[in-house]
Amino acid sequence: MNRVLSSRWTKAAVFALCLVPLLLLGWRLLGFAIQGWQGYDPNLTADPIAYITHYTGDWTIRFLLITLSVTPLRKLLGLPKLARYRRMLGLFAFFYGFLHLTTWVWLDKFFDPHEMVKDVIKRRFITAGMTAFALMLPLAVTSTAGWVRRLGFERWQRIHRLIYFSALAGVIHYYWLVKSDVRLPLLYGGILLVLMLYRVTIWRRNAPRRRQATSPNTVYLRD
Amino acid sequence: MVIRKPSDLRYSQVTPKQAYLNRRRFLASSMALGALTTVPAARATTKLNGVGKSPYSTDEKVTPYDAITHYNNFYEFGTDKEDPSRNAGKFVTSPWSVHVEGEVVKPITLDLDALFKIAPLEERIYRHRCVEAWSMVIPWIGYPLNALLKKAEPTSKAKYVAFESYFDRRQMPQGMWAGIAFPYVEGLRLDEAMNPLALLAVGLYGETLPNQDGAPFRLVVPWKYGFKSIKSIVKIRLQEKQPPTTWNIAAANEYGFYSNVNPEVDHPRWSQAKERRISEFSKRNTIKFNGYGDQVASLYAGMDLRKNY
Repeated sequence: MNRVLSSRWTKAAVFALCLVPLLLLGWRLLGFAIQGWQGYDPNLTADPIAYITHYTGDWTIRFLLITLSVTPLRKLLGLPKLARYRRMLGLFAFFYGFLHLTTWVWLDKFFDPHEMVKDVIKRRFITAGMTAFALMLPLAVTSTAGWVRRLGFERWQRIHRLIYFSALAGVIHYYWLVKSDVRLPLLYGGILLVLMLYRVTIWRRNAPRRRQATSPNTVYLRD
Repeated sequence: MVIRKPSDLRYSQVTPKQAYLNRRRFLASSMALGALTTVPAARATTKLNGVGKSPYSTDEKVTPYDAITHYNNFYEFGTDKEDPSRNAGKFVTSPWSVHVEGEVVKPITLDLDALFKIAPLEERIYRHRCVEAWSMVIPWIGYPLNALLKKAEPTSKAKYVAFESYFDRRQMPQGMWAGIAFPYVEGLRLDEAMNPLALLAVGLYGETLPNQDGAPFRLVVPWKYGFKSIKSIVKIRLQEKQPPTTWNIAAANEYGFYSNVNPEVDHPRWSQAKERRISEFSKRNTIKFNGYGDQVASLYAGMDLRKNY
């Protein structure tokens, strides 16, 4: 399995797979573009703008959760090569988040800066969504190997823990948006909780060891 | 040893008709570049004859039938906009009975047939504004609510009208995930109910109501947010006290008893200043009382509409 995961082709295939949601959306919009809008389309519903907004938002949260499950799966399944996919998956989360934001900026607010600022301040679900996106931004920028070197791995890793808060803000954004049927936001929240509980367990288990490792004694012994 | 018993099931018995029709439609549409999506839906509705015109109708462009019938908030059949059109197909609306009761001189029980004969049917093309900031223009068919109320003769104690929707867990299994309590209940002040704009609808687009739009009999209150226009009514009760209403019970700070369309009073979580007319690209400004201020503003004279949202 690790050999398959090491292959260039597997990575290319995963990349293509991550593009499927976008291609599917493009395909649906293509039909619309060719035929013209008839007022209703079974694929895009009667409100295509709402559909595109929800669709891209859904995939943003999904990719955030997929990215966050790489490390637990890597450890639990003993597949170290899974780590190769983490950056790509994270960048796809950012990509779909960017599309989601663009839909809002363009098709909901029509580039009106006054309206946008008002919404971000006044509407808590938009505040949360904007927070989720803002937290992803530095991660996308510093995702290159060059940035890992420049920052040093420890610091780079600390910064990239922002993804936990981004995912949390994303789930809250969704939860605050729905009217009464909270099943999906709760499902995403539940998955996030499990992924975080796994990490907390590992951290707690490692914590005493780390403390030991940084105590002068240990340093001495290691020397 | 394996003894094979010939299957006595046909495919049509194990696959719901809707499912294989959908599959065919999906195949057909994907073959045609995903573009041939306007496959006419089978209509379980019947044509209504002898429908008059109404001066209350707007001359704005009417929303396409497929949009009106595939973009519904009818949480008993699921919370996705497309759920009601998928799940309400087998909803049994015949026989049906509606009780008009409470503070009335003459309580009435109506069967399906009688529902259509309370008053002459007229077409009313109304704007419909959802609390979620989208809107449609719908050619309803029905008669004024006051025609029915007058037949029951409200007593002097009657101050409010309470409405109740049909609810049956077996017919509406998706309702258990809605996050709101059923049966759905709504209410109006008596003077609001007597306003000639308040309509009891039995049809749209020249035909009886499709199930997902509240068949066989629903309320339409065009100057209020859509959730006030309760669907599939089984009980109308006149009473002295203000009745509880479903969305107000679910979130009192978000949905008030009045819920008049008002661009100046935002929903706590989103703005009500603008709306997207379904099947239009840009947004338009929302008008107070959904543009019906001339007919209804006087009902709220002296009231603080920010407090009575």
